[in-house]
Amino acid sequence: MGATSHGHDHEHAHQAVPSDPALRVKALESLLTEKGLVDPRALDALVDAYENKIGPRNGARVVARAWVDPAYKQRLLTDATSAIAELGYGGMQGEHMLVVENTPTVHNVVVCTLCSCYPWAVLGLPPVWYKSAPYRSRVVIDPRGVLREFGLELGEEVEVRVWDSTAELRYLVLPERPAGTEKMTEDQLAALVTRDAMVGVAKVPSPKEATA
Amino acid sequence: MNGIHDMGGMHGLGPISYEQNEPVFHSPWESRVYAMSMAMGGWRKWSVDALRHQIELLPAADYLSLSYYEKWLAALGEISVRTGLVTRQEIESADPAPGSQKLTPPLTAEQVPGMLQAGDPASRNVAVAPRFQVGQRVRARNINPVGATRLPRYARGKLGTIDRDHGVYLFPDTHAHSLGEKPQHVYSVHFAARELWGEQASPRDAVYIDLWDDYLELA
Repeated sequence: MGATSHGHDHEHAHQAVPSDPALRVKALESLLTEKGLVDPRALDALVDAYENKIGPRNGARVVARAWVDPAYKQRLLTDATSAIAELGYGGMQGEHMLVVENTPTVHNVVVCTLCSCYPWAVLGLPPVWYKSAPYRSRVVIDPRGVLREFGLELGEEVEVRVWDSTAELRYLVLPERPAGTEKMTEDQLAALVTRDAMVGVAKVPSPKEATA
Repeated sequence: MNGIHDMGGMHGLGPISYEQNEPVFHSPWESRVYAMSMAMGGWRKWSVDALRHQIELLPAADYLSLSYYEKWLAALGEISVRTGLVTRQEIESADPAPGSQKLTPPLTAEQVPGMLQAGDPASRNVAVAPRFQVGQRVRARNINPVGATRLPRYARGKLGTIDRDHGVYLFPDTHAHSLGEKPQHVYSVHFAARELWGEQASPRDAVYIDLWDDYLELA
């Protein structure tokens, strides 16, 4: 199928990467810069955005707001893209967001079995384990076993829902608010929320556990 | 294509290794590959679907042994050659071909925040009737295209229920090959874990998969 089918065998022969990617990347950047295909300052700005601005702290603010503001939580669960945009987040790999809520009886966990789709706009770039073959292959067939490896043991009464990000929808898990946080401010709550809890491979630790 | 990338449900791919306090990038070259891939997208010579498919075309052994950003690097080089932005000889020599004209990059540093904020929406505001309704029982079709598809093998032929209608999106199977957007509805389809994996799965659990109209038939 498709216009690119012919010539695959030829292309495959060229796709192996030499052993030192650092040198190859340096050479490629120099070529693309000399040809005027990329502006190195634009590359710097892209790297800076994901190293310093766009990361799981964004998602943590969304979660904390949902915990303290029931009306916001309702908007988040019905139109996540708009609700997340209220806090100033969105755009690249967060254009079409869905938020799924963990409860005492439902646990959600997110994967992309076909590649590594991930909600960049609220969580930043994905960690290596999320992109790895072991996680992608196993979490759909044995979610409880995978979660156990992450230290999360779920009872038989809990329904596990695995979300495979096969399309352009991007998923954020709204974790349960831990006990012992009733008096905490929104900022304090946001500081408790972890990336792993927003992917669904962990729960948010209670303040006691977090400092233990 | 029935490639190694389509690995949902496979066994034998090793333990999950977890790194505490993992950095965003593990070395500067990873960050440059990432940024070059984003910036080169600015030429609009390929879609994200085409770039994903380019990674899928890696030989299976390479796909499993290369790191994530090594795969991106290989795919970026291939797709840049295939679309004529560079020649293979230029990549190998790291020098522009003699007499080649210097272009003006489509993405400047000043444009980066706006580009990230805008994103690249895949939804399409066109009136296309949904073929299925929420609550309907559907079967994922048994198709085995050699090109791009987002219908994972583990779901093919399986029975599910339409859980929600996400609206109209472009269709990667055609879009990845520059064969048009073919906009159509995408649904979240609920598959009982036991329908996918048999008796070994928990009777309570489920996998939700986002699937296009063309992947589904009435059960």
